[in-house]
Amino acid sequence: MSLHLLVDQAMTAHPAASALVTALPAATENPSADFSDTPWWLALLKAVAVFVYLLVSTLLVIWFERRVIGRMQQRPGPNRNGPFGLLQTLADGAKSMLKEDITPDKADKLIYTLAPLITATMAFVAFSIIPLGGTVSIFGHTTPLQVTDVPVSVLLVLAVASVGIYGVVLAGWSSGSTYPLLGGLRATAQMISYEIAMGLSLVAIFLYSGSMSTSQIVAAQSSLWYIAPAFFSFAVYVITMVGETNRLPFDLAEGEGELTGGFHTEYSSMRFAMFFLGEYVNMFTVSALATTMFLGGWKAPPFIAAINDGMFNGGWWGLLWFTGKMWSFLFVFVWLRGSLPRTRYDQFMRFGWKFLIPITLAWVVAVAFIRGAQLGFLGDSRIQLFGRFEIGVATLTIVGVVAVIALAGAWIWDDKRAARLEAADVAPPDEIDPFAGGYPVPPLPGQRLREPGSQPGTLIETAPGSKEPVLSGSSSTGGGTTVVKEETHG
Amino acid sequence: MNEPYVPVLFMLGLGFVFAAGSVGTSLVVGPKRYNRAKLEAYECGIQPSPQASGGGRVPIKYYLTAMLFIIFDVESIFLYPFAVAFNQLGLFALIEMVLFVLTVFVAYAYVWRRGGLDWA
Repeated sequence: MSLHLLVDQAMTAHPAASALVTALPAATENPSADFSDTPWWLALLKAVAVFVYLLVSTLLVIWFERRVIGRMQQRPGPNRNGPFGLLQTLADGAKSMLKEDITPDKADKLIYTLAPLITATMAFVAFSIIPLGGTVSIFGHTTPLQVTDVPVSVLLVLAVASVGIYGVVLAGWSSGSTYPLLGGLRATAQMISYEIAMGLSLVAIFLYSGSMSTSQIVAAQSSLWYIAPAFFSFAVYVITMVGETNRLPFDLAEGEGELTGGFHTEYSSMRFAMFFLGEYVNMFTVSALATTMFLGGWKAPPFIAAINDGMFNGGWWGLLWFTGKMWSFLFVFVWLRGSLPRTRYDQFMRFGWKFLIPITLAWVVAVAFIRGAQLGFLGDSRIQLFGRFEIGVATLTIVGVVAVIALAGAWIWDDKRAARLEAADVAPPDEIDPFAGGYPVPPLPGQRLREPGSQPGTLIETAPGSKEPVLSGSSSTGGGTTVVKEETHG
Repeated sequence: MNEPYVPVLFMLGLGFVFAAGSVGTSLVVGPKRYNRAKLEAYECGIQPSPQASGGGRVPIKYYLTAMLFIIFDVESIFLYPFAVAFNQLGLFALIEMVLFVLTVFVAYAYVWRRGGLDWA
């Protein structure tokens, strides 16, 4: 393992580090889930079960989304196919299968077919390392409710998500059409930009868990869910997971008003359905990862976990808690879609690159220091707080420093924002020429309309050759505005 | 199972078989009615605008974004082993990591000042 190598190098490079390594217990780098009693056919069976679980969940979530959005918009939503319209998605799928599959003339035929397959396939792979429940007995074999786990599970999820982006890029490129090309480019830039912040936000979790294996991360959260110590990472992760899955308010890659459908404009029939499926399975994947990393995975909520000595906190019960937590994220996805309009592309990119990335990096450094203080890297002296809690001096100092920096940053930011708002608040002119821009503009409250040519002195010629005198009312042409104001008031 | 990556391949295979199977089925089951307009690029019903071969030219911003992505992705990849082995590495690694993050921050500040992060 590369980790051993790293540790070995650190030990040879720094003698003090080697003393620390021997003092501390060996890190649990391997998965805590035990797969030794899982024959290959059982692994395959579990893979099929997870696959079916995902397909059924997708069928349900599309129905759920349309019903909930319907409620939010004061209409019933689909309620005709099956009880409560539950079979609506199935009907849609069958209909989509019976439609003509069109490949445009200009498309690159092979890549055009391959792209939806990549997206749909990769969407399923990431779920293989998500722990769905505790250890159970299936056909006489004791096995965890998880398809597999590896020491670098979370890295695997991020890698698979990156490969999934290829589907989007290639679909946009191979369609041989303008809208898909633009949508594909946008989607790529968007997904890779938000992947950085997502990856960085997870570093804080690894600092606490000391492992990238999902089963180990869940096991490490049995006393305290990581949403508490890594609350800022959670906020960043939730924002980036919406950006990663191209969901509203970040669905710029397929903004209907601008790009008709984005990268999948040319697709029809089942090939289109594969993109649709991929998007929804990806929503489940990021939600499942959020559950595993921040909400204790399949472990029961604290109050239920305490009942009858952990009676509901293991085995098949895990599936219930996991599904509940995952679906709460899916509700948030739907809720966002029902409430928020789409952001502008440059604002979206600015938010990602100029806010999320630097602030997440700073947060990771802060967590590293807090964690280092907890582990006693920065001194072991401890003091009594309020005569009750014993807390390390280093921990207290670092939390204090971080709090002061955060407060100062927030104060400066707020100050700058107030100054900016004040600077932008320029009083509109008292009189406007309603036809200055060539089309009628209504006056603001308190403004007077000016009859063209009534006061020639206050009107400014934009160009020597233009027939109509034009009043420049905007602040961008500062000189013109001052002239008007001086003459009006003076 | 001694090989933890084999079930990942099971999942990959299942996903691919399902996706290829559905696309294949729709190719067999779906109708085929030729219409020249269907095979043209979709542009809301107007004549499609001509496209240069190979996708034509795209704004340089996308290329720049991809390059910046590589820098920061490599940075986060370096942070992962550090974070996982943090318990064992001690104060030395903590200082090293701060220096590393600061170094990357210099590059980040440079890109910001040169307008590499502006999108307008």
